[in-house]
Amino acid sequence: MTRIIEHPILGKLEEQKKVQITIDGKPYTVHEGEMIAAALLANDIKTFRYTRHQHKPRGIYCGIGRCTDCIMTVDGIPNVRTCVTPVKEGMAIETQQGSGKWKEGDRGE
Amino acid sequence: MNNNGLIVVIGAGPAGLSAAIEAAKVGAKVIVIDENEKPGGQLFKQIHKFFGSKEHKAGTRGIEIGVQLLEETAKLNIEVWLNTEVCGIENNREIWVIRDKKQSVSLKADKIILATGAIENAVVFPGWTLPGVVGAGAAQTMINISRVLPGKKVLMLGSGNVGVIVSYQLLQAGAEVVAIVEASPRLGGYGVHTAKVCRAGVPFYTSHTISKVIGETKVEAAEIVKLDGNWKPIPGTEKVLEVDTVCLATGLNPLTELAWIAGCKFHYIPELGGHLPIHNRAMETTVEGIYVAGDISGIEEASTAMEEGRLAGINGAASLGLIEEIEREKLTQEVWDRLDALRCGQFGQKRKDAKDRLLAVEKEVV
Amino acid sequence: MEKQYLKTIGSPSLEELKNSPAFPTEEDYKKGPIAVIECIEEIPCNPCETSCFKGAIVVGKPITNLPQIDFQKCVGCGICVAACPGLAIYIKDYTYAEEEALISFPYEYLPLPKVGDIVTLAGRRGEEICEGKVTKINNTKVNNHTVVLSVSFPKNNFLEVITMKRL
Repeated sequence: MTRIIEHPILGKLEEQKKVQITIDGKPYTVHEGEMIAAALLANDIKTFRYTRHQHKPRGIYCGIGRCTDCIMTVDGIPNVRTCVTPVKEGMAIETQQGSGKWKEGDRGE
Repeated sequence: MNNNGLIVVIGAGPAGLSAAIEAAKVGAKVIVIDENEKPGGQLFKQIHKFFGSKEHKAGTRGIEIGVQLLEETAKLNIEVWLNTEVCGIENNREIWVIRDKKQSVSLKADKIILATGAIENAVVFPGWTLPGVVGAGAAQTMINISRVLPGKKVLMLGSGNVGVIVSYQLLQAGAEVVAIVEASPRLGGYGVHTAKVCRAGVPFYTSHTISKVIGETKVEAAEIVKLDGNWKPIPGTEKVLEVDTVCLATGLNPLTELAWIAGCKFHYIPELGGHLPIHNRAMETTVEGIYVAGDISGIEEASTAMEEGRLAGINGAASLGLIEEIEREKLTQEVWDRLDALRCGQFGQKRKDAKDRLLAVEKEVV
Repeated sequence: MEKQYLKTIGSPSLEELKNSPAFPTEEDYKKGPIAVIECIEEIPCNPCETSCFKGAIVVGKPITNLPQIDFQKCVGCGICVAACPGLAIYIKDYTYAEEEALISFPYEYLPLPKVGDIVTLAGRRGEEICEGKVTKINNTKVNNHTVVLSVSFPKNNFLEVITMKRL
């Protein structure tokens, strides 16, 4: 866990509402409304995806939704920018391989 | 959608909110659009006290200024469209947006203020794509907004104000800053900032750069190397530092896509971050009715961004007939005086000179 | 090169400080507690001036002027310490006791020491200098999370000490 609980300027981190998510099928309890990338870092997960051609690991880079390095497959939708997408109860987050795959029979509607 | 006298501000950061507030104060109908789920831009990660004087809110932490701006925005009933991405701007200031990733909306604006901000520059070296190599601003977002540490042992590349401020804030968050590496022989940031991390025991390596970052699936170490007078690595001076995170603080680049789309003319000013939309003292670009403010019009800092936002807001509202010419001139001059106070001294003068060049180009072009 | 230490090491040398308009002389220190401003670059900033009730600190216009301080007016009250956004001011009292001096410096880290704790004091490059005893912790609302710690320490390290090692 790498959460910053006590902070000299921001004070103590208030008790947060929790939600359950899964990351590659494994359950995690994280803070409601926090960005997916933050939830992953809080659990020491740094590799978010592997590139299409060379299968190289990638993680968070710009943190403001510009660079798309942190994209993952979320609830069956590939290429979701995890640094600007908040977690939701029951969210299924998967390490993305290459360009990712849409869930069978689902176009994200 | 059709509105009479509508000002659309794109970007709800310090510049955009300041613009919206000034315009709404005199009765303009304003809509602020931002792609994020929360307004405030990058202000809420600025937990340090700002410089300047009283009228620049000196001594107030950025995060508090953010709260004040949001309170004023709410008090003035300014409409803020969050989770809204701007996809296009047509010739007649017709803005095409996507709301909540599903609803396509077209919006006719009478005036547009672009306050889209900036993105951090990347630097390429072997290993730069490894998880654990992050923008300094990204690290700042993680520690101060998300309250998670991106790593425990950090190497910072770049000693400008962003590099040293984020280093200090990493220390405050409980991380160790192993080194601050600067390619130039002299440190870039304000001396008071460098002194703060220096007395905390953080070593600076001037005339050094990262030669590679080592690791299989994540950052495990970084190799730095000394540079000669021609910025060339000196063989045999390599040094390996054990770190789990590398932060890049090597400058910012204005986010100007929407200004390009809108047909604004540009000029290249490297000191302010690159290609910039040409604008006048009212912050109006070469396209009538389209204004810019903040980092999109030249990389500076939040204090100057807010002042530029005010300029755009005042002048946008004035061009809709909401402010008398004499009053507009007076208000505009007041903001310029405050801007001049910030763009002064050994750091600010360079930015003032560069801004003056941009303004001079505008006179030639228009 | 001008301000070589500040621009290469990261903190100013004593020589660089002594060349700045606000740095006290030996005579000034004999007066009692006074503010020491280690701000030697022209940055646009003047809360030190506006925070001072005694009018002892002057920046003037433009606000990039280096601060000047009139030690006849400065009473070492410390209001400027937390007001300085650059954390570049501390109060030093050479007259605190026969063998000991007192420093009150800004501190924005956790954990905080307690009054009476023995802490390690450090210099401008973070080097350990000596031990000191915490005499006061000022964390009032006006400080806005910039805690001001007062620590007594041996006088022979008077000029070197400027902060404490983080706990």
